[in-house]
Amino acid sequence: MKKTLILTTALTGFAFTANAAEVTIMSWGGAYGKSQVEAYNKPFAEQTGAKVTMVDADNPATPIKAQVEAGNVTIDVADVEYSDAVRLCDEGLLEEIDTSMLPDAPDGTPAAEDFIEGALTDCAVANIVWSTVYAYNTESVDGEPMTMADFFDLEKFPGKRGLRKAAKANLEMALVADGVPAGEVYDLLETEEGVDRAFAKLDTIKDSIVWWEAGAQPPQLLADGEVVMSTAYNGRIFNAAVGEDQPFEIVWDGQILDFDLFVIPKGAPNLETAMEYIKFSTDTQRLADQAKWISYGPARKSSGALVGLYQDGETEMAPHMPTAEANLTNAIVNDFEFWADRDVELSERFNAWLAN
Amino acid sequence: MSDVADTPQGQLTTADGKPLKAALAHAQAHRKRRAFFLVLPLLLFVVITFLIPIGQLLTMSVNNSGFYSWKDRDTGGTVPLMVELRGWFDETAAGTEPDEAAYAALVDGLAHARETKSIGQIGTRINYEVSGSRSMFTKSARRAAKLEPPYKEALLDIDEDWADPKLWGAMRNASKPVTIDFYLAALDRTRDAEGNIVKVDEERAVYILLFKRTLLLSALITFMTFLLGFPIAHLLATLPLAKSNLLMIFVLLPFWTSLLVRTTSWIVLLQSQGVVNDIWVSLGILDDENRLQMIYNQTGTIIAMTHILLPFMVLPLYSVMRPIDPSYVRAARSLGATSWTAFRRVYMPQTVPGIGAGGLLVFILAVGYYITPALVGGSTGQLISNLIAFHMQKSLNWSLAAALASLLLFGVLLLYWLYDRLIGIDNLKLG
Repeated sequence: MKKTLILTTALTGFAFTANAAEVTIMSWGGAYGKSQVEAYNKPFAEQTGAKVTMVDADNPATPIKAQVEAGNVTIDVADVEYSDAVRLCDEGLLEEIDTSMLPDAPDGTPAAEDFIEGALTDCAVANIVWSTVYAYNTESVDGEPMTMADFFDLEKFPGKRGLRKAAKANLEMALVADGVPAGEVYDLLETEEGVDRAFAKLDTIKDSIVWWEAGAQPPQLLADGEVVMSTAYNGRIFNAAVGEDQPFEIVWDGQILDFDLFVIPKGAPNLETAMEYIKFSTDTQRLADQAKWISYGPARKSSGALVGLYQDGETEMAPHMPTAEANLTNAIVNDFEFWADRDVELSERFNAWLAN
Repeated sequence: MSDVADTPQGQLTTADGKPLKAALAHAQAHRKRRAFFLVLPLLLFVVITFLIPIGQLLTMSVNNSGFYSWKDRDTGGTVPLMVELRGWFDETAAGTEPDEAAYAALVDGLAHARETKSIGQIGTRINYEVSGSRSMFTKSARRAAKLEPPYKEALLDIDEDWADPKLWGAMRNASKPVTIDFYLAALDRTRDAEGNIVKVDEERAVYILLFKRTLLLSALITFMTFLLGFPIAHLLATLPLAKSNLLMIFVLLPFWTSLLVRTTSWIVLLQSQGVVNDIWVSLGILDDENRLQMIYNQTGTIIAMTHILLPFMVLPLYSVMRPIDPSYVRAARSLGATSWTAFRRVYMPQTVPGIGAGGLLVFILAVGYYITPALVGGSTGQLISNLIAFHMQKSLNWSLAAALASLLLFGVLLLYWLYDRLIGIDNLKLG
């Protein structure tokens, strides 16, 4: 018994030294996590021989703070939202990333110009553009909702609505529904009247709202008939509609675009491999590959042309991207600076509004 | 004993000639040491997993270091922040109009914070109290090193909100390493520019409401489990053992099932397109249009939590009822008591230790319940623990989360003390 133990220990020890390079990625799980495993992790492991481990979290920004403060960092790369990337970077919880090391586009355009504006920051490299949209179940809605105002119109389209239990995105959508042009939403939300107006609009449907928290919930709520319309992450709706043949339709009016970015927590155990991983997965081809698995737009302009078909081999991905021309007519780009500043106040007010 | 030891023949000795007293003490010391080593793992476990975290929680709840000191993660050292400005705050009274010296100290602090990369932490700390100030700190710090006197004009030039007395009040509050301000925030209180404690705006007040709701719902849930659990426990206790063991499985089965599974089963059952509503509609009790909303609100929280916590009431009750001799009630009946009187005056008093134990257990568990209300509570069924989780996971304001959790802990300890005073903790029988 003891002998076997020594033997296995020796063997595992050997196995570890043989595969010295390893890297742990923390992401959001679900269809999104899968798309990253397929498009980034597997090819990276194949090419470099590194062992890539994927860990899921509700929001990877939270473990980063906990791990760095405790001085016990176990993850090397995390996928976070924009305002979290900015805030964590400001608080010194992230390694700085030298963006000049990122590979150029195939045509030689330097990375700094190839990435969409705002996609590169001191500590973070964006991989995809995703968006919060609303979708409806075509079987339980009579007629065809076209605008954000329709989402808030209980008379024209009766039935329950699903909304994310957070201030972010809901306030913007409420103002758009109230007739505010997408470009003026954040200016208005800076003012007391704007916030009051947004909450007043939310009040009109408050009694008909079913709140969700995890990205996997809205497709479930729509499929169960628990709600007739719900705000959702566009990729999750796409996967349910195209991948699982659910009768869901996305309304792009008033969509809120946002980045997901790769960051490296301060003190990551495998810093070098982590940098290699980010370099590898945010190159033109890899970002385009991810679109094969989920309908999130690549953060590089040069990837756009390479986006092809969905994994079923027949659905053209381009029109399902939040960044597609036709979907951008009344789109809001999430203002990370606004949310990094106002999140505390607006969340407090939202929580109080919710509880009363 | 002392008589024996003092007998004139001298001390009592053991067979090998040692004084009995010493030999006994020696043997007992050995036993005591062995017993101590046996409980040592548990003691260490309790200290490490329970006492130290609670200590850290309490420290975190008064920790005000965001504006005061910065832990440099590259060197591991601690860097004091805003030294000159804190000096100015020490010298002046609360509410003093900031003068040029104060602005100069602020600019110096901003430049230093930019250098040490601690500006994000400073901005986040002040942003808890003055919304929107985070970006003022970061953008001003970026330019602080290049600013020239007079500093007041220079800073106001970047952002005129630097003259806001509320901001200066917040910085003054943040300039002490420990504070009770997070407890104030947890009780819907804040400080105005002069440092007086005032209520927050009505539209932002939420914590007291949720504390009240948590206690009220927990009490209600405890009562419901008692109402449902008492007859079950009585039945289990009075049936022959073979039958009651079988029934006991039904009580324990849900207990062994994952909490998440049980909670999501309630969603399947109670949602408006769910099993219960479907049955009522098919029986014609309800219209298809008027399905009952039994989940994603307070009702959902109460139903699901009552079900989940029921075994914690049934088990202590059962263990107390089982040994109650049925002849007491029979004696009462034969002496002319009605069945209700016999139950009320003879049977019920004997079950009090079980009611106390079950009630306390269910109540304390309910007060801290988190995942069930989060899943089925919608907006009105949220408890205070959901906001603690919010501040831990989303807003990352751990000090406020710690203050809320500490208040909850004090509340439960207070109730425990009250229970001890009213009923007596010795009257508790857990099993």
